[in-house]
Amino acid sequence: MSDPVVEKIRRHPKYQELRARRNPLGIVLTVLMLAVYYGYIGLIAFDKPFLAKPIGAGVTSLGIPIGMGVILFTIAITVYYVRIANNKFDALTAEILKDVTQ
Amino acid sequence: MKRIQTALALAGLLAATAAHAAGGDVDDTAKQATNWTAIILFVGFVAGTLWITKWAASKTRSAADFYTAGGGITGFQNGLAIAGDYMSAASFLGISASVMTSGYDGLIYSIGFLVGWPIITFLMADRLRNLGKFTFADVVGYRFAQPPIRMFAASGTLIVVAFYLIAQMVGAGQLIKLLFGLDYWIAVVLVGALMMVYVLFGGMTATTWVQIIKACMLLAGVSFMGFMVLAQYGFSPEALFAKGVEVRTQIAANTGKTPEEAAKAGLAIMGPGGFIKDPVSAISFGMALMFGTAGLPHILMRFFTVPNAKEARKSVGWATVWIGYFYILIFIIGFGAITMVLTNPEMADTAKGIIKGGAGTANMAAVLVAKSVGGDIFYGFISAVAFATILAVVAGLTLSGASAVSHDLYATVVKKGKADSASELKVSRITTIALGIVAVILGIVFEKQNIAFMVSLAFAVAASANFPPLILSILWKGCTTRGAVIGGFLGLISSVGLTIVSPSVWEATLGHPAGSALFPYTSPALFSMTIGFVGVWLFSITDNSARAAKERDAFEAQQVRSETGLGASGASGH
Repeated sequence: MSDPVVEKIRRHPKYQELRARRNPLGIVLTVLMLAVYYGYIGLIAFDKPFLAKPIGAGVTSLGIPIGMGVILFTIAITVYYVRIANNKFDALTAEILKDVTQ
Repeated sequence: MKRIQTALALAGLLAATAAHAAGGDVDDTAKQATNWTAIILFVGFVAGTLWITKWAASKTRSAADFYTAGGGITGFQNGLAIAGDYMSAASFLGISASVMTSGYDGLIYSIGFLVGWPIITFLMADRLRNLGKFTFADVVGYRFAQPPIRMFAASGTLIVVAFYLIAQMVGAGQLIKLLFGLDYWIAVVLVGALMMVYVLFGGMTATTWVQIIKACMLLAGVSFMGFMVLAQYGFSPEALFAKGVEVRTQIAANTGKTPEEAAKAGLAIMGPGGFIKDPVSAISFGMALMFGTAGLPHILMRFFTVPNAKEARKSVGWATVWIGYFYILIFIIGFGAITMVLTNPEMADTAKGIIKGGAGTANMAAVLVAKSVGGDIFYGFISAVAFATILAVVAGLTLSGASAVSHDLYATVVKKGKADSASELKVSRITTIALGIVAVILGIVFEKQNIAFMVSLAFAVAASANFPPLILSILWKGCTTRGAVIGGFLGLISSVGLTIVSPSVWEATLGHPAGSALFPYTSPALFSMTIGFVGVWLFSITDNSARAAKERDAFEAQQVRSETGLGASGASGH
């Protein structure tokens, strides 16, 4: 790998666009995931009775939909990022590589 | 392919000896009657996978084929293989058992195992693929001095693999004793021998396909079980939970509790219980599970089996979907075990609410649910799947350990990157045999030990030793060889050290009196991960050597490659 190509990519406006779009998204989603998981762990650590409280008249506790919600959120946020990265970001990357290696 | 035929004959012989030996003695209370349906189905599985190994062996010619299946696995296939690595016996049998015994706590465990995946997806998956070739040390060491980084990464890999392997081998021996009625040592030798055959001859191609087949069988099996359990309650989770609470209340009442106390004990399975006692343990344990996933060498190496970054992202996407789906079903199956297994006098002591047969039988929860909903043949199928699960996970672990020795230590440190593919391949095969023998010996040595801490220790070490240098070398310009190596070793030493002086080892395994453990928490990760990160940071910023300056200058080129895939190793040839 030669340095001129790296420099060309670094100065490429589309590379800067890629970084400006991709890195903040990665950070925001990471922070969101950490907040959801440690929020959940925080409930277990500090307020177990809240999670054990039954919803309505039955035995199903609040912890069940919350726990299942964390699982579904984890799946959804991962699939969301993969879709965006594989469509939008990969298209940008392909254009950058095409431009600099021509 | 004479070697394969010999191997086939050897495996057949082992199976025959095993079946014979199992018929003869009844020395142990926990040993069940020989389960012929399971044995026949399992022999079928083994025959199928050996046939795949034979096919894979014809494709495994270079070191690249051995380590990464030549990079020819698709994202969807790799997602299933990763999910297969993750849906180990600990997850399938262990978590369903913990839902059966303590209800909601099992769900907390599963969630911890799942939440590491988005972090890998957002920060690492495509960068790993773009920077690496065979092992995660390729990524950490991208712009660093090779010998120290490789020695550190190989230590981190081998320690994680060793603890994980011991847990799997001991679990395998005990389970197979319960499931098939085979002797403990025979089960351990059988697992060791078959795993060696897969890895030795078929390398990553065989290991991946064994894992994919097992993942499909397991997902199909748990889907059917979850469906049947819910069908019994008119597809109403509330009705299932209500019955579970009723059974648990009755069991509590049998111990002489007043009706109010019994009702409270019954309802306790619907909320968090004694699994996590104090806030520090809760957070520490959560960190070990979340970030440990991103430092497990046998998971990380799977990112190098796909052709490009796009497929790497698809792999984690699919893996997360399957693993999440699996854990939701496991929770339902655990409740199915309370309502169907613990109430069945043929399977359990219904008054006490425990499965018959002595110590360790709680792990039979999921397979007994299979028997309840699907009869003897389905019971045999799920038993065979449980055995296959252990086999596939052990093969993946061994391959990862062998790569660390042959690629990181032999090819890079000893031969200074000048080893030819053939000799590297030879070293990895010798290491595979060595690791197989060591795993069998450790499995037998640790038979009577309390090994419950070993999987969480593997996660704690992965989170504290492997993860900090890996993520910082990818994302932080200031990271240097000195920082990564010293910080990584500090994380390694502190996570292992703190685990030894924690209650689960100091008191439960080493037999010191209760309350004498120096470190009171369940998991060391909160402390050892901090030590790892601070170590990498401190020893990087104070590194003023000329080499450090060069390493920082090399970051920009690394960053461009990690983000665009410029110059990344291709699908074939590497």
